[in-house]
Parts: sequence; C-alpha cells; structure tokens
Amino acid sequence: MYNLIGAGLIVIGGGIGLGQIGGKAMEGIARQPEAAGKIQTAMIIIGALLEGLAFGALILGK
Amino acid sequence: MKITSLPIHFLAVISFLLLGSLVNAQEHSVAEANDEGPVNTQQEITDYTNHHLKDSHDFHLFSYQGSDGERHSVGFSLPVILWASNGPVAFMSSEFHHDIDGEVVVEKGGSRFVNLHDKIYELEEGAEEIVMGEDHHPVNAHKPFDLSITKSVFGILLVGLLLLFWFGSLGKQYKKKSIPTGFGRALEPLVIYVRDEIARPNIGEHKYRKYMSFLLTVFFFIWVSNLLGMTPFGFNITGQIAVTVCLALFTFFIVQFSGNKDYWKHIFWMPDVPVIMKIILIPIEVLGMLTKPFSLLIRLFANITAGHVVVMGLIALMITLKAQFGAVGSTGLSLVLTLFISVIEILVAFLQAFIFTMLSALFIGMAVAEHDHDHEHDEEGHEVDDVEDVRESFV
Amino acid sequence: MDQLLNDFSPGLFVMQAVILIILILLMKKFAWKPILSSLDEREQGIQGALEAAEKARLEMKNLQADNEKALQEARAERDAMLKEAREIRTKMIAEAEGDAKAQADKIITQAQEAIAAEKRAAVAELKGQVAELSLEIAEKVVKQELSDKEKQQQYVDKMLQDATLN
Repeated sequence: MYNLIGAGLIVIGGGIGLGQIGGKAMEGIARQPEAAGKIQTAMIIIGALLEGLAFGALILGK
Repeated sequence: MKITSLPIHFLAVISFLLLGSLVNAQEHSVAEANDEGPVNTQQEITDYTNHHLKDSHDFHLFSYQGSDGERHSVGFSLPVILWASNGPVAFMSSEFHHDIDGEVVVEKGGSRFVNLHDKIYELEEGAEEIVMGEDHHPVNAHKPFDLSITKSVFGILLVGLLLLFWFGSLGKQYKKKSIPTGFGRALEPLVIYVRDEIARPNIGEHKYRKYMSFLLTVFFFIWVSNLLGMTPFGFNITGQIAVTVCLALFTFFIVQFSGNKDYWKHIFWMPDVPVIMKIILIPIEVLGMLTKPFSLLIRLFANITAGHVVVMGLIALMITLKAQFGAVGSTGLSLVLTLFISVIEILVAFLQAFIFTMLSALFIGMAVAEHDHDHEHDEEGHEVDDVEDVRESFV
Repeated sequence: MDQLLNDFSPGLFVMQAVILIILILLMKKFAWKPILSSLDEREQGIQGALEAAEKARLEMKNLQADNEKALQEARAERDAMLKEAREIRTKMIAEAEGDAKAQADKIITQAQEAIAAEKRAAVAELKGQVAELSLEIAEKVVKQELSDKEKQQQYVDKMLQDATLN
C-alpha cells in the first residue's frame, strides 16, 4: 500500500520535473531559435536521466 | 454470408489479427495454450499480457477454431537446452504441448522438467508433480541453467542476422562505388547520425573511433529490436530484463576499462575539495558509477514494457468495451487509440535506442575526458572548450 | 523488484552476451570498418576537393594579378621606348641641322673664295689684255700718224670708243 503511494509520489515528482525541463526548453528555444537543436538534445538527455531515476525508484519500490 | 454464422468470438479474433497486422499487435492468444478458446475476460487479458511480456519457449503466431470445433495454434516450437543436475539436456518445446501451468512433465536425461509460466523447472529427485508453496514458488523444483533458444533468443538472432545482412551489404557496396544505392542510402545517414550526433560530440574528436563499433551495434540492435516488438510476431526483446542488463553491463565495463587516471581520481580522490569531503564523496561516486548503468537498463526495460502494456491494453479495449459500445464501436475505438499510441511507440523505439547510445557515449566520454582544472594547460588540446570559455566570458 | 529478479533469466543473459559480442565483432569486420573508412575517405576527398578549388581560385587570382602587372610593365616600357625614340629623333634632327649648316657655310666660303680668286685672275688677265690692247692701239696710232694726221686723230677716237672699259 505504502509502496503504491510512494510510486505515485515518484510519478508526480517525475512529471513535475519533466514539465519543468520541457517548459524551460521551450522558453530557451523561443528565445534562441537557432540553438533549438542543441537545446533539444540536452533536453532529451536530461529527460532521460530523470526518467531513469523515476523508473528506477518505481521498480525498486514496487 | 457464412461469416454471420461463425461465432462472434472468432470474429473478435479475426479483427484482432487484422488489426494486429495493421497496427501493432503483439497478441497471440495465450488461452489457446490451454485450448480454452479466445481471450474474453478481464483475467484472461491480464494473463495474456503478462504472458506476452515474458519470454516464451515456443513461437505462437495465432490460433483459430477449426471446423472440427477444436483450436489449432499456428506457430512453431523452439529447442529447449538446459544444463540440469544430470548434465546437458535438449529437446523441443513441443513436448510440453503448450502447457505453461506445470502440468505436463517431460522426462529427459534422468530428470523431470515442467514448464511453469514459461520458466522451466527441474523437479527434485523422486517428485512426480510440481507442488506450489505459500509464496507461489514451487517447493520441490528448481530452475536449471536455461540456455534454450527462446523466443527472445530467436529474436536476438533474427535482429543480428538482419543487421549483418543490411550493414554487411552496405559495407560491400563501398568496395565498388563510393555512394551507396537502394536501402543503403537510407542506412548511411543513420550511421553518420550516430557518428556525428552521438559519438563525436560526447566522446571527443580523437577518441571516438575506438567505440564506434559498440555504439553503432548497440544503437541499431536496440532500435531494430524495439521495432521488431511493434510487429505482430510478438517479440519483446528489449523488454526482457536480462537483455537490458546485458547491454548496460557492456556499457559499464567499457566505461570502467577505458577510464583514465582523471576518471578514477574523480571517483576516489576528488581534487580541489577538502579531505573530509573527499572521504564523503567516495561512496557517493562509487554509487554513481553503479547507478548509471542501472538507470540505463531500467529505462530501456521499463519504457518498452510500458509501451507493450499500453498497446495491448488498448487492443484489449475491443473486448472489454464490447458490452458498452458493441463489436464495431469497441473495435473502432481500439483501432484509433492503438494507431495513435503505436505512432508514439515508433518514436519511443527510436528515442530509447538513441538515449541508450547517447548516454553510453556520454559515460564513455566522461571516462576518457582529460580534465583541465587550471587553464594554463590549455595548449594541450581542448581548443574547442577554450573558445567556448572565451565566448562565455564575453557574452 | 522480486518480480524482476524472478523474471531475470541467466540463460537469456548469457545468450545475449555471447550473441552481442559475436555481433559486435562480425559487424566491426564486415560493416562498420568498411563503412566508416569509406565515409572518412569520402569526406577527406570532399575536403581535398574543396581545398583544391580554393587553391585554384587563389592561383587564378594570382595569375590575374601577374597578368595585370605584366601588362602595366609592358605599357611602361612602351612609353619609355617611345619617349626615347622621340628624344633620339629630336637629337638627330638637331645634329643634322647643325651639320648641314656647317657644310653650307663651308661651301659658301669656298665659293666666295673661288669667286674672289676668279675675280683676281680676271682682273689680272684684263690688265694684261688692256696693256696689250693699248700697245696695239699705240702701234696702230703710231702707224696712222705717220700717214695722215687727221685720220690718225679720228682713228684714235674711234679706237677709244670701241675700247670702253666696261
């Protein structure tokens, strides 16, 4: 039961984090459209790292 | 029409298969293993999905109800190779007669084997049938070392052969002409992409060459495996935890073996921090060394598993929502949603291959990078960084 | 986690590891090496071609500059030659004029000298002839006087009239 609540919290946290990454990346691209490629790559990497963290915690906690 | 006289279940299966070949279906009815007819109930759908996610010892494509009223399954059995307590044993999985509940006992080489949820168990000496304990684990059987050609191994071999065929012929083309033709024209930019977008920027201009074979092979292996999971053949290669563990371990060992002095120094004796911090940082850094490949393997496994679960759940909508929307309505809804999610899954298939390779390259790059703590040593390489630094100080 | 550990199949792991190692080695030999090396070759070729084109462009530029320079030099040389020629011509004309003048002066002087000499010779001859003529007249007069006085006078007059010195 607590595991499931923890998993839910992890997913919420990961969601907030991913939203932040995506939002900031959008802002960055809007500010400097010529750097869109670099920003996208960095965004995907950081998103993936966060995703790995969230999945890891989820699976370890489950 | 004759179709109208057919049982509605069969229609469901047919549309299932048509949809599957159109979109994505990994489904191949698990129920036929027990000759119980098509998947119908919530429990059966869950079992079916779980069965699909796991490795399997035989290769089912689909099953149908023949005119004689019995179910026939289409597919083929795969060889089972075990290292049991009495030495190596090999037989075809058809000897289990599609049983995955541990009921059929196969006696080979002085040992008795049962197939319990796609895991092969060797019964203890003298045991006639499997006995389950309280914790749903068998008490009188253990798992032998299982080197079978399972469905996933079959898939891995298939992917390997495909890659060898595609890229081998691309490599051969260069002997005659400098510009590839046909399918090679599509493959070449992908190779260049991996080289220029993944390896070069992350590992560095001078050292990337050594790791190209690994990065390219892993990238295309994961990508093609992911895509193969989208076909109706029911492969789930990168959704097997053993496969992703293996891939991540490769990255881990390559990173450790190519780590230079700076890399180890940053782990065990971080420069430019107080001694007490150095001692605190050692376990953190060692843990970080291990969590990197762990997050790699979990990410790939979880993404692919989640994708397959979602796709199968959406396909199952046509059964679960049949009561509310009717056969046509639920099938249509399922079709639209599955199509939508499948497009996303195709993107994820590429993205996960990209991420895995990208992060592997990043970790390798961190291990081989030459750190310049004080910028007096700038003449020894790192011109690009210096330019960046200068630019930053101006902006 | 337990579920995952239970699902982890050591056999599949070993198979995957073995197949992946073999795959990497085979791919390296049959695919990646030829592909990457020919990609490098091609990129180097393109790089080389670009550099060669740049070099050719520079050479062309140099060549044009050289041509321009040579043209200017030729023009300057021509101008110099023309100037020189003009100078020589002027000089030659001046020299010729001087020579001619000197020659003419010389000729005139010689002519004057010749005329003077002729004149002197002519006067001397005339003087001789006058003397002779006078002697003849005197002889004839003397003869005439001996015959008729009047006639003698007439004769003398007449003779004198004839012998007017021009």
